[in-house]
Amino acid sequence: MAEFKGVMVYGETTEGKLTALTTELLGCGRRLADELKEDLLCILVGEQLGEAPQSAIVYGADKVYTVEDPLLKEYQTDSYVTVMEKAIKDISPQILLLGQTAIGRDLAPRLAFRLGVSPSMDCLELNIDPDTKLLQGTRPVYGGNARAIFVSESLPQMATVRQKAMSPLEPDESRKGEIAPIKVELDPAKIKTKVIETVKEEVEGIKLEDAEAVVAGGRGIGGPEGFKELEELAKILKGAVGASRPPCDNSWVPDTLQIGLTGKIVTPELYIAVAISGSSQHLSGCSGSKNIIAINKDAEANIFKEARFGVVGDWKQALPAFTAKVKELLAG
Amino acid sequence: MNMIVCCKQVLDPEAPPASFKIDPASNTVLQPPGVPPVVSPFDEQAVEAALRIKDSQGGKITVLTLGNNLLRDVVKKPLSMGADELVLLEDEVFEGGDSWSTAYALAMAIKKIGEFDLIFCGRQAADWDAGQVGSGIAEILGIPSITVAKKVEAIDGKVRVERVIADGYQVVEVTLPALITVTNELGEARYATLKGIMAAAKKQPTIWKPVDIGVEPSQIGAAGRRSKLLKLFQPVREGKCEIIEADTPAEAGANLAVKLRDAKLI
Ligand SMILES: Cc1cc2nc3c(=O)[nH]c(=O)nc-3n(C[C@H](O)[C@H](O)[C@H](O)COP(=O)(O)OP(=O)(O)OC[C@H]3O[C@@H](n4cnc5c(N)ncnc54)[C@H](O)[C@@H]3O)c2cc1C
Ligand SMILES: Nc1ncnc2c1ncn2[C@@H]1O[C@H](COP(=O)(O)O)[C@@H](O)[C@H]1O
Repeated sequence: MAEFKGVMVYGETTEGKLTALTTELLGCGRRLADELKEDLLCILVGEQLGEAPQSAIVYGADKVYTVEDPLLKEYQTDSYVTVMEKAIKDISPQILLLGQTAIGRDLAPRLAFRLGVSPSMDCLELNIDPDTKLLQGTRPVYGGNARAIFVSESLPQMATVRQKAMSPLEPDESRKGEIAPIKVELDPAKIKTKVIETVKEEVEGIKLEDAEAVVAGGRGIGGPEGFKELEELAKILKGAVGASRPPCDNSWVPDTLQIGLTGKIVTPELYIAVAISGSSQHLSGCSGSKNIIAINKDAEANIFKEARFGVVGDWKQALPAFTAKVKELLAG
Repeated sequence: MNMIVCCKQVLDPEAPPASFKIDPASNTVLQPPGVPPVVSPFDEQAVEAALRIKDSQGGKITVLTLGNNLLRDVVKKPLSMGADELVLLEDEVFEGGDSWSTAYALAMAIKKIGEFDLIFCGRQAADWDAGQVGSGIAEILGIPSITVAKKVEAIDGKVRVERVIADGYQVVEVTLPALITVTNELGEARYATLKGIMAAAKKQPTIWKPVDIGVEPSQIGAAGRRSKLLKLFQPVREGKCEIIEADTPAEAGANLAVKLRDAKLI
């Protein structure tokens, strides 16, 4: 029986760079590894990893395993699970952390079932129990209405982590670490899925996840025209437009603008929620915002429980006056 | 095309947040009075995905629900939408499971059903929001899985799926049999028709106990868990909202801008 040692982060890259969430995972992994007096390991999988392995060291890893293969150009469940199964069996980390992303939420459960372990998905907090040294994962459940702390004794202990829940370390170019390429034989015949194409539906302007001001509209906006008014405000604030689920479901805005439990997670300085009731599922995606402002005609709407400032009234009257005044103040 | 859809009965996730209460002593959620449970919304959309395939090329849809004391009006909803059969894994030993014990029991039931080309699950159950059972079933059965699908089409013995990713979607093809998990971007599930409701009322679900699917009680429900729930709690919301008072909403809007300026937020 192999000894399980080390905290491992499954890192994701885009165009040879670590994703922001990967640096957050490394920050969290570093803290857990230090508490356990273990090494922080990182594994990167892809066709070509570029500068990413070195950058993982800069962000806190002691050792970076790399798996490069043309068959790994795109994420596919079968090939990536095969690679990770082999790597985990060879390296035997005690803890494996992944991001709660399109990849992580697919890879983690399938890999866990193959390894016989139980992951905690979408964690907001991870801690080591001082007595048992086991990983405790705190995750939102019931659409964000409650939180649950889970623990699992089977090793490796696996968790996926929500975006922006953890902080990255300051990058330190002088950090030393080891990069270890590993080879995994992949049998193309065992990959039962085939990616035909990848369609990007990105909207122009500032990315929603990165915006410092988000103007979000809900069902009460009533149609695509209303969102033009939100766009105008977002432009003035140099921010981005987002939405609760109904405007996406109704095709008033692209699906990629959905904020919430099953949409994007945003944590801007300013989150202006217009005609959004504030369901727990929506708040899951925006409650990390520094300041929530709500405009809603229903004084009892749940969003006012989260907001710092609010206007009770019809947005059709309140918003144009608000936008005009903001414009005036910013000009003056 | 033989299709199986896994549907879970859950607490209504769209019940008003204020009605949500937990019992900290037992780490359980209290059923809010007057709010009946529902089929988990993504699972209804999984039924919809199967129905669309049945509409275009025919086939049979079997719905599988695991739980205890399941409400017939709730679990029969997929039948009233157009599914053909309902199998209930219903017994007290199925209670209190986690993704492991649930996926295991469902996979064993699917093996017993035997013939299947496509299995559908929701992307995540609207109570624990884990999103693991679908992948787990596929792993136990040794078949490919595609998660978070917004469109599923069957073409020439294969299935073509649009899988949602952060900034768009991927078109992925998979050979059968396969398991697909469905997300809300698929579009709304159809309403039950009156005819469907009447037909569903007459249909008797098949009920399977652990022995019927060949599983030991120690492998399922609370006994088969591989994760332990240490604590369930409600996060405190301490927010205090300052409502901007004014004679008209327009005035309030303008005052709000001034407030934000004063607070250095703009
Ligand atoms: C499993 C699951 C996952 C989900 N994931 C998400 C998610 O990721 N993101 C998400 O957003 N939702 C999600 N939902 C849906 C969620 O439960 C709510 O249904 C949704 O967030 C409601 O959106 P809303 O606030 O825009 O609409 P509503 O709840 O209908 O609220 C509309 C609001 O607009 C106000 N209003 C109407 N007209 C006006 C007017 N003229 N002026 C001012 N105010 C007005 C009303 O007072 C009301 O408060 C999920 C649901 C489930 C079950
Ligand atoms: N008790 C259950 N009965 C039937 N299907 C279930 C059950 N639990 C989970 N599932 C299926 O698995 C999906 C994912 O569940 P989960 O992993 O618990 O989030 C659900 O959307 C259902 O399709």
